[in-house]
Amino acid sequence: MALHRPSTMRRILTVDLPMLAILAFTLGPYLWMFLTSISDQSTLFTEGPSLLNATLENYTRLFRTVGFADNLLDSFIVAGGTVIVGLSLSVTAAYSFSRFEFRAKRILMLQFLLINMFPLVLLILPLFVLMRVLGLLDTHIALIVANSTIAIPFSIWMMVSYINGIPRSLDEAAMTDGCTRLQALRRVVLPLCVPGIIATGIYIFITSWNEYLYALTLGGREVRPITVAVQTLIGEYEVQWGLLTAGGIVGALPATVLFLLVQKRLISGLTQGAVKG
Amino acid sequence: MTDATATDVSRHDRQGRRATLSRHVLPYAMLSPAVLVTLAIVFFPMVQTAWMSLHDYVLFRPNDFDWVGLENFRTALSDEVFWISLRNTIIWMGTTIPAQLLLGLVTALLLNQEFPWRPVARALIIIPWALPSVVIALMWVWIYDSNYGVANEFLLRMGLIQQSIPWLADPDYALASIILTLTWQGFPFFAVMILAGLQAIPRSYYEAASIDGASAWRQFWHITLPGIAGVMMTAVLLRLIWVANSFDVIFVMTGGGPGYATHTLPLYAFIKARTNLDFGYGSAIAVLFTMLLMVVVVFYLRRTGKAVS
Repeated sequence: MALHRPSTMRRILTVDLPMLAILAFTLGPYLWMFLTSISDQSTLFTEGPSLLNATLENYTRLFRTVGFADNLLDSFIVAGGTVIVGLSLSVTAAYSFSRFEFRAKRILMLQFLLINMFPLVLLILPLFVLMRVLGLLDTHIALIVANSTIAIPFSIWMMVSYINGIPRSLDEAAMTDGCTRLQALRRVVLPLCVPGIIATGIYIFITSWNEYLYALTLGGREVRPITVAVQTLIGEYEVQWGLLTAGGIVGALPATVLFLLVQKRLISGLTQGAVKG
Repeated sequence: MTDATATDVSRHDRQGRRATLSRHVLPYAMLSPAVLVTLAIVFFPMVQTAWMSLHDYVLFRPNDFDWVGLENFRTALSDEVFWISLRNTIIWMGTTIPAQLLLGLVTALLLNQEFPWRPVARALIIIPWALPSVVIALMWVWIYDSNYGVANEFLLRMGLIQQSIPWLADPDYALASIILTLTWQGFPFFAVMILAGLQAIPRSYYEAASIDGASAWRQFWHITLPGIAGVMMTAVLLRLIWVANSFDVIFVMTGGGPGYATHTLPLYAFIKARTNLDFGYGSAIAVLFTMLLMVVVVFYLRRTGKAVS
């Protein structure tokens, strides 16, 4: 960023226009999908998607005949369950990493970092076999467990950076006043990292909501999250694009809204380590 | 009096002992739930994959679990589809990540300039990142549709192509089309990371460079790039793993076809297990892919000279 102020005209040419082009590339497909979803199925192929004759028919069909509400519920249970499992296991672990020095610390931290490094395809086959043996295929538990493989290491990573941001002197002061470690954690540290916990929870929720491969492999019939349901809207012979895009919009909405709500905090949490490191 | 001191000392002693005990045990106690669960649901399954890869294990013959040693790996190395998939994997990951990085860098540099609607642009740019990959894949299948897709219509109107191209059905274009989709999906991540890096560069560096008469390009080369190098390296590493896992987009868009044109190693392993129920062979391919990926990661970390800490 040079110091001399460029003229407005030059700024428009070098900044605004390229930015607009990139934004058009980013949002274009999304808008196109929305436009398709509100177009009439009968005129879609003859006239193409258009704002004229806009209709909500695809959306009503989605809930009336396809039973999308059940799929939304499945997704909600799985994503919510993963948030609970991920957060409850990671908060104490993150506190331990942040506040204590102990012998196996380095190797245990490395372990949680390494989990993120392994590709998902390595886990998906044994998890299928495992769930099959345990008789858990096609249950919410199977999907929550599978999503937790990503959620736990991730939230530990996030929570360590949040708790590191809370001064140690605060829990020491609480302990001088007679609190035990756990009380200090519960009464002092936890309330202070509520924003961090919410951001982490929402991130877990989004990733579990959006997850597809586990949902397809471990669920599918009884438990059918939104991502699997959208995909099955592709018919054998003819693709009903109006219905499909409506499903896509509905499926993407919760995650998108949540994301826009917390993006600032989330991004600062995500990038903190990277910028400092 | 002496009595009181004695009990006082012993209580003190007891408290001290409890404190040391808790100091030693508490860290592990607080960690153990997370560690045990990850052992059970991550490490145990991973070992199981390696174990399965050494067996002849087809799911519709559940009673057979015959030890075959490295047979599956030997089969893979003489399997033509394996080599096609490997080639596609190299193209897929080798093109997607630099494309995301480059587009992300440009976007970050633009977002770091001052213009009136910057907050709006910054909020909107990340939307692809929050979308489910299935939705992304289906959305782009619709865009690429050979008869009614908007991609063909756009290019036809612009006069860039003479006739509609069946993007995903043509072996020459299918992989490139998927790479474009993945670039679209992933570049906002780079933009956001790099933007954070850009904003961490002190303004005074640029002021000093301006006074010394350094051109905008030299400022970029000598201040901006070194300033964001760390962030870019971390981002590339994270993306490497992420792109390796993004085969769900390929699975939905083409299922690996036409022919084997978009088969990549993780997808091939997944298909082997899912459609052929051949978990032994699928596991072997997954293990091979993981080892190749690890080699790349280690090599990358060595080259960039940064240890993960």
